[in-house]
Amino acid sequence: MKKYDAIIIGAGHNGITNAAYLAKAGLDVLVVEKNDYIGGGAVSRELHNGFTYSNCSYVCSMMRQAIIRDLDLPKHGMMVIPYPGALAMGENGEVFHSYSNDEVAYNHTRGVSPHDADGLMRLFADLSRYAQVIRKTLMRTPPDPTSFKPRDIKELLFLAKEFWKLGEREIYEYVRFFTMSAADFLDEYLENDLIKAYMAVSGIIGTALGVYSPGSAYILLHHVMGDVDGNLGAWGLARGGMGSISKALEGAAKEYGAEIRTGAPVEKIIVKKGKAVGVALENGEELMSNIVVSNLDAKRTFTKIMDRNDLPEGIYEKANNFKFRGSSGKVNIALSGLPKFKGAAENPFINRSSTYLIGSMKSMEKAYDCWKRGRWSDDPIVETVLPSPWDPTVAPPGQHWMSCFVQYCPAELADGPWTPEKRDAFGATVINKIERYAPGFKELILHTEIRTPHEIEQEVGLTEGNIFQGELTIDQLLFNRPFPGYAQYRMPVKNMYMCGSSTHPGGGVSSACGANAAREILMDLGKVNTVPEDDCYDD
Amino acid sequence: MKKYDAIIIGAGHNGLTNAAYLAKAGLDVLVVEKNDYIGGAAVSRELENGFTYSNCSYVCSMMRQTIHRDLDLTRHGLMIVPYVGGLYYGNGECGWSYANEEVDYNNLRARSPHDADAVSRFYADLARYAQLIRKTLLRTPPDPTSFKPRDIMELLFLVKEFWKLGEHEIYEYVRFFTMSAKDFLDDYFEDDLLKATLASSGIIGTALGVKSPGSAYILLHHVMGDVDGNVGAWGLARGGMGAISKSLASAATEYGAEIRTNAGVTEMVVKGDKATGVILENGEEISSNIVVSNLDAKRTFTKIVNKEDLPEGILKRAQNFKIRGSSGKVNIALSALPKFTGAPDNPFVNCAGQMFGANLKTMEKAYDAWKRGKWADELFIEAVIPSTWDPTVAPPGQHWMSNFIQYCPFELSDGPWTPEKRDAFGNTVIENIERYSPGFRDLIVHAEVRTPFEIENEVGLTEGNIFQGELTIDQLLFNRPFPGYGQYRMPIKNMYMCGSSTHPGGGVSSACGANAAREILRDLGKVNTVPEDDCYDE
Amino acid sequence: MTSKPLKFADEQLKRSPFYERQVELNPRDAWSAWNGYKHANFYYDEQYEYFCIRNLCGTYDITAMQKYIVTGDDAESMLDRLVTRDMTKLRENRVTYVVWCTDAGRVIDDGTVFKLGPQKYMLTCGSPCIAWLRKACFGYNDVHVEDASDNIAALAFQGPTSCETLKEMGLSGIETLKPFGIMTFPFKDTELMVSRTGFTGDLGYELWVDAAHGLDLWDDLYAAGENYGIQPFGEGALNMARLEAGFIMPYMEFNEALKTVHFEHDQTPFELDLGWLVDFKKPRFNGRAALLAEKKRGPKYTLCKLDIEGNKPAEESEIYSDKGCTKKIGYVTSAMWSPVVKASIALAMIETKHMDGELFAEIYYSKELRSYSKVAKCTIKKKPFWAPARAKATPPGPY
Repeated sequence: MKKYDAIIIGAGHNGITNAAYLAKAGLDVLVVEKNDYIGGGAVSRELHNGFTYSNCSYVCSMMRQAIIRDLDLPKHGMMVIPYPGALAMGENGEVFHSYSNDEVAYNHTRGVSPHDADGLMRLFADLSRYAQVIRKTLMRTPPDPTSFKPRDIKELLFLAKEFWKLGEREIYEYVRFFTMSAADFLDEYLENDLIKAYMAVSGIIGTALGVYSPGSAYILLHHVMGDVDGNLGAWGLARGGMGSISKALEGAAKEYGAEIRTGAPVEKIIVKKGKAVGVALENGEELMSNIVVSNLDAKRTFTKIMDRNDLPEGIYEKANNFKFRGSSGKVNIALSGLPKFKGAAENPFINRSSTYLIGSMKSMEKAYDCWKRGRWSDDPIVETVLPSPWDPTVAPPGQHWMSCFVQYCPAELADGPWTPEKRDAFGATVINKIERYAPGFKELILHTEIRTPHEIEQEVGLTEGNIFQGELTIDQLLFNRPFPGYAQYRMPVKNMYMCGSSTHPGGGVSSACGANAAREILMDLGKVNTVPEDDCYDD
Repeated sequence: MKKYDAIIIGAGHNGLTNAAYLAKAGLDVLVVEKNDYIGGAAVSRELENGFTYSNCSYVCSMMRQTIHRDLDLTRHGLMIVPYVGGLYYGNGECGWSYANEEVDYNNLRARSPHDADAVSRFYADLARYAQLIRKTLLRTPPDPTSFKPRDIMELLFLVKEFWKLGEHEIYEYVRFFTMSAKDFLDDYFEDDLLKATLASSGIIGTALGVKSPGSAYILLHHVMGDVDGNVGAWGLARGGMGAISKSLASAATEYGAEIRTNAGVTEMVVKGDKATGVILENGEEISSNIVVSNLDAKRTFTKIVNKEDLPEGILKRAQNFKIRGSSGKVNIALSALPKFTGAPDNPFVNCAGQMFGANLKTMEKAYDAWKRGKWADELFIEAVIPSTWDPTVAPPGQHWMSNFIQYCPFELSDGPWTPEKRDAFGNTVIENIERYSPGFRDLIVHAEVRTPFEIENEVGLTEGNIFQGELTIDQLLFNRPFPGYGQYRMPIKNMYMCGSSTHPGGGVSSACGANAAREILRDLGKVNTVPEDDCYDE
Repeated sequence: MTSKPLKFADEQLKRSPFYERQVELNPRDAWSAWNGYKHANFYYDEQYEYFCIRNLCGTYDITAMQKYIVTGDDAESMLDRLVTRDMTKLRENRVTYVVWCTDAGRVIDDGTVFKLGPQKYMLTCGSPCIAWLRKACFGYNDVHVEDASDNIAALAFQGPTSCETLKEMGLSGIETLKPFGIMTFPFKDTELMVSRTGFTGDLGYELWVDAAHGLDLWDDLYAAGENYGIQPFGEGALNMARLEAGFIMPYMEFNEALKTVHFEHDQTPFELDLGWLVDFKKPRFNGRAALLAEKKRGPKYTLCKLDIEGNKPAEESEIYSDKGCTKKIGYVTSAMWSPVVKASIALAMIETKHMDGELFAEIYYSKELRSYSKVAKCTIKKKPFWAPARAKATPPGPY
């Protein structure tokens, strides 16, 4: 029977990245994927004739340039097109335009609030400063602060050095920043409710936090620390949908000789004598390998596909207590024409990218309160994106698809489990909200796919539908991700690794977790490192 | 009796430059000037209440940037404001040019698409030729017959720069030196007005016509200057050309030089075989270790040096030095801005350089008249109205207009210049302008008419030649003023020349004066204070 | 309300036949100039427009490009004598890329020759060339050069959805047009010429119509392109696209020889890596002797495509043969971060004898007023940085 050097469980973007780097180093690699398509949360699917939905993640910013370049992903079909702006809409018909052009942005913001036009510049400078430290850690394995290994000490010193580069005053600010709420943080810069709300959205997307919850300021940073072509905080659309990123990674991995099997759900990781030796598929087939890498989230890995008896004391509990709390929904809609938002500028560059139907800081907090009580709000936060005017490959000419990301949507409802009817009711709430902001919207709808955390968990495999494979709170970041003592991608069972967003640096389509894990694996195998360590983007 | 280290005769811009550099090196220097004002031909004079004429030279381009900077002339009051366009009339047409390339291209293309294209090749070629010449401006020409290491080095430098032209261009270059401006321009252009306009640079100040061999080089001489590194650009000195002389005088005085006006020199004193001082018109004798003449070669050797003191042949050479006056100047105070027929309503263009009579035929005819000792009815006039740019030279709302006229003979065929003839010449000029600007005459508040006769008498330039001697190849580089004397040292010991009769020749460049100072300091064993390189063409 | 007439209105830059539409689409007044025409640097956003070329489709106004109609019995001979390529091989309704040189073999300009009929050609180039063409006509009995630059409105129409858009516009059979081919279509009461040419390295066309019908062309094209993302792009985006395609630009990669002051500052076709354009099988053409000598000797420099590590554009960098930057062996002519290739790319003149060795670029950049430098390893690429299959395929296939 064939024995692989490595089996990777889950063909999401991190799994494929991991496979690509292991294969590049000469390993015989197999990726097994439960679905009959690859991509995990970075996927493009034609669910309606001629319409290709990015039905989970929908925009790109965090993908590491160093990896794109190193694996030559453009050659394999990846292209990211940056937004030139975005729209935010308030509950009383206020509209705020965010432009990528500095001067235009200044003039527009000044028209809304001269104070905030000035404040925004200071806000972005501060965010950039904080982001600079974090960005440096993305492509590095977190040090173990309890270890005395030279490598860990070196990495700790590196972190300390980068930290000190902030300057004494900023260090205090920085530490404070990690524990602040997005609202408190933004209050120091902004006075206009809509602008504040627009900025605060980044602090709650994908999380179980509200804009007033401590820790949401860091989430905000997590969303602006990406870049497109070096423009920090910029977001872009992947041509062909987010699946094109996974496909490009697949192209690279295959070129290096990796194998990918779809329709191959894993039942168990086989552990013999304390060592991972392979996987058993649900169809009973057993595949052997020297190492096993799980791209599933920490909870799913340790509570679903591992035998509790194979685990050392305490790990199962830790995994079980790992904070997930799904909070987001997604509605993908095929449209026969372009929707028109009330009050939006007659500017196709602005009103066809991200349109945030926010409401207000208050309605955002209300939506959060509903979620805590196991309901969805009548007035959820909806971020709509229209990729099709920019991407000719995702909808028929003249027709459009719209991605709607909805915050908040509970993984567990107060009134019992999700049903198709409840799901559709949730979808109707979202569509009704859009209709309020874009009258006539409903008449354009050709097809709708509604995804609550329930669907996301079922289809993609993300526990509770948490898009980050676990909350991005300080207790679950850096050397604490997923668990203290296990942050260096090696898991408590020998020859077993994790490479998904449950590991450092966390969620987002960055490929960094998969790449970092590959680096550690290669180190353990005594192979030459094939993984770039530095982005060189912030020098 | 006080004995100076050096006496410089003539407080023109080159004399002052020379004095400044000698004083900077620590010498005790005196400049003696016959007029009661300094400046020579770079002078600003208030001849009419409130109007300051630059009554000889009137625009600036050749002034060496290195000297401007080295002597800190800005602190001493010098400012050069570049033109942004120009206007030219000829053959009943009005044309104009812009400093802005795209606008200029469209404007020229409307006249001739062919020439709009060719003009870029033309300027590239001129710039290439100018590059070589420009490198020599602040250098002493080598003596090609000498075997001194320095001369050989300088010759090698020239040869190296020459080879930088590229093989093909060397032939073109040699050809260029002997061409006429018209033949040269025919290689590029088809539009007569444009050709005539550009050809004017080939005749200004010279006794050549647009069709005379050698005029192509004069054209180059006029485009090799620059304003702030823009080769070929011309500008106005704020306060008039006298501002240049004043700033040089200020720099020289700061270094300790003395300047005496109303001190015309009648004779250079030679004792033994050495120059030892000068005798002034009032009989006063002033002694010095060296004497530097800023006068032209002819005036120097035929007027203030005793011919007994000269070696054989020099006097002959001085007498034969080509220094034919050919230009006049009419300075006019105006009560208001004149309007020119057909000119664009653009003050940036129509107040800068204006050319009247830009027509190859009438230009050649004017030259023919000059050869016959007359002035033509149709003259070539280069005018400029500095007061539109310079608030210091005329009362607000009033203007002064400088008119440079080519050609005007030094000697008339019908006998010597008289005030009446002078005024008749002035009248011809005004009539010429009136043709392009009806009503012009009515604006005239005051006019100063200067024929070569006045220029010789007031400024001291022989025959009124503005270059202190023609700029023909036989009188350039190591041949200027005479073969064997191209290095500023004259046949009498301790005597030097520093005027435009020496390399690199005419134009308000300060280069002659600076180069001469360098040679003097070398002879005295002093540390050189004179910059050698312009560094502007690298 | 009547507005005061603009001062010096006659000095305004010329406006292309498309100006009326362009000005509506240029809210940021981002104009510069080209050959006396008002010409957009960008319309809305340079980066966005760049992605239109790579992702959707866009138009670039090439009206300001110089267009010369060369006719007569001797037209072919004259052109053949002028350019380094063999013009006798050019078939009707085909276009070819050419350079022409001085006697010394230095490139005057590059451009394209269209064979429009048995004795009719169109020569296009970036800068005015009429004076040189007139010189080139000397000695030929029957050749006439007409400067049609202002009479022909022209749009480069580039990008993956360009073919679909032209189909939508009713240009049937356009998908059968091969690269460097020409097709003509009846248009209003005149004729629209379409060539499959361009300066972006992507699928694209150039559309030529008489100036009077410029607006009609614009309107029809933009109506057809509405659902294909059509957007005008300016010089900024064009310059990015052409660099990714490895195309040379005057005053970036080369100086036009006739306008160059220093004789070492212009280039031969061999230096520009355009040796393939020089056909020594032709008995005579301008610069032949000098170019033959150059070929034997080998060019001192060769233009190379560089992939440079890191993300800092190597603008105006010097190239060295060692990491310590002690031996200078070349200089960068154009450089950028390529958003589609995701690489720092450049064109550079490298001393030919050093092309096989190691190459390092010393890159200067500044951050918040502080100047930094770094040394980055360079790799020579043989192929264009961007060359999608659709650019050469006929039909171009799906976008």
